[in-house]
Amino acid sequence: MTTATGTQRTERSLLWRLRDSLHRFIDSDVFYSFRRSPVTVLAFIVTVVFFIGAFAAPVLAPYNTNDVATLDLMDAFHPPAWMEDGSRAHLLGTDDQGRDVLSAIMFGTQVSLVVGFMSVIFSVVLGVSLGLISGYVGGRTDHIIMRMADVQLSFPAVLVALLLFGFARAVLPRELQEDAAIYVLIVAIGLSNWVQFARTVRGSTMVEKNKEYVQAARVIGRAPLAIMVRHVLPNVMGPVLVIATISLALAIITEATLSFLGVGVPPTQPSLGTLIRFGNNFLFSGEWWMTIFPGIALVMLALAVNLLGDWMRDAFNPKLR
Amino acid sequence: MVAYIVRRLLQSILVLVAVGFIAFSLFNYVGDPVNNMVGVEATDAEREWARKTLGLDDPFPVQFARFAANAVQGDFGFSYRLSIPVVSAIGERLPATLELVFVAAVMAMLIGVPLGVYTGLHRDGVISRMLLTASLIGISLPTFLIGILLILVFSVWLGWLPSFGRGATVDLWGWESNLVSWEGFKSIILPALTLCLFQLTLLMRLVRAEMLEVLRTDYIKFARARGLTNRAVHFGHALKNTLVPVITITGLQIGSLIAFAIITETVFQWPGMGLLFLQAIQFVDIPVMAAYLCLVALIFVLINLVVDLLYYAIDPRLRLDGAGQAH
Repeated sequence: MTTATGTQRTERSLLWRLRDSLHRFIDSDVFYSFRRSPVTVLAFIVTVVFFIGAFAAPVLAPYNTNDVATLDLMDAFHPPAWMEDGSRAHLLGTDDQGRDVLSAIMFGTQVSLVVGFMSVIFSVVLGVSLGLISGYVGGRTDHIIMRMADVQLSFPAVLVALLLFGFARAVLPRELQEDAAIYVLIVAIGLSNWVQFARTVRGSTMVEKNKEYVQAARVIGRAPLAIMVRHVLPNVMGPVLVIATISLALAIITEATLSFLGVGVPPTQPSLGTLIRFGNNFLFSGEWWMTIFPGIALVMLALAVNLLGDWMRDAFNPKLR
Repeated sequence: MVAYIVRRLLQSILVLVAVGFIAFSLFNYVGDPVNNMVGVEATDAEREWARKTLGLDDPFPVQFARFAANAVQGDFGFSYRLSIPVVSAIGERLPATLELVFVAAVMAMLIGVPLGVYTGLHRDGVISRMLLTASLIGISLPTFLIGILLILVFSVWLGWLPSFGRGATVDLWGWESNLVSWEGFKSIILPALTLCLFQLTLLMRLVRAEMLEVLRTDYIKFARARGLTNRAVHFGHALKNTLVPVITITGLQIGSLIAFAIITETVFQWPGMGLLFLQAIQFVDIPVMAAYLCLVALIFVLINLVVDLLYYAIDPRLRLDGAGQAH
């Protein structure tokens, strides 16, 4: 009996705490600046819609476009529903194989988002670790890492990703290429994007390492690695999240570009860029919807994430206000 | 000054050596070069002989030195895919890319700078706001999508401009040019526009920001107090001082124009270096990849070097505080 009320009480206090923090969030400056900016609210809604549409695609999408058995060539080349010859069954029309364009976009967004997220995580891990080491250790290590960053920064990300992709194609055995393509893509985009993270983290690490708490940790004899990870890292992560949001948009566009060029994800798992490439073949015969709708989806997604990132940069950095 | 130039030169050479090293390892350790050359029917003795004559038994530094010496002379071997020397494959395509990049850079300057000046002078005007919003959308549009949209509107719907290839070129002493005849120029308009759009928006925003900054300074107030006309103040005094960063950025952007030409050339099937490189990646044509890598690195390093030195010459402040900070 007593134990039951005990858990009840903790449950209730947990709820209370949740409510408390929710209230605190609603009253906070950040939420205020969010509410005051209609563009940001719209961008947030668009992003959420894309996420739901992409990750709930198996449930929400009208057709399962990844299942070849459901395709019917009789359905090919339907225009969007509001045009002449369009049918209600395919809202945004169908492609040359009878794939429903709307469903293909939903599944394609999923691939684009997964690749985008994974590659940003890759560049965050790489960039933050190198930046921490560079800033904390200093000296020759710092010099080498930063020169590497300088050199890479003078080449555009797309070129670096293309080169890495070509390199991987040459190294990997042929039978592995199809399966490994998506991982290669993630690593290539991730590697082309780490410099910004490393530079930012290095800068703030150099400021943090002279503060008293780091000196105190050093005096009581903590190992450098422990100081970097347990003490410095939490204090330099703020700007990283903001940059990560903006580079998510960049990663999505880079992925689409590579897939459009035909060196991205395998055609069995089309992303938004692949869909645009397929549709591009039919642009001249007037079937524009296969290209334009995935294109619009890509631009809306990138723009929304970009706007969210812009807002975060302003909201979390009081100096800019 | 001399110390600075020497240091910058050393740095550039170091970068080139590093890139050359990557290209070399791509060449020698990716797959077996002997297999790529002798074919399937070769006996072990023939392979051994090929290995010897190609110098693949030599110690690593010797091999790298030989590769570097050949690369400096432009010898990258034969393309696996085209079976012609890499130099001539690239040489054939180079004029197309250079012309495209040149036209794009000129377009970006001719359109971007006036728009930037306009939006800077009329910062609250309706047209300025519209231009700024449009530029935001322009930055979010990926290059290949811009190309597709332009093709859809100007080639498919309106039928005004050709959508792929170089069309009618004129042979100028061995240099196939699109710029001499109107027919040829028509083919370059859409690709160049696609390529320059990002640079154009960048330039416009840069010039605008610089103009806003310069117009607040004292010497502009003084020029107004002297009773100079608006035109003299805006163009004679203000614009002149915004041009230093504009020139730098344009110079640096030429490098990325060459890189982004890969995308534009694919969309428009423009027979340039970028298309060649992309096909090399798809067919794992390693000599072409290595050569393109070295060439692009050389162009990038040269542009960076020239811009750095120019900056140093133009801005006297850099000469005062430590030259190492200059970039």
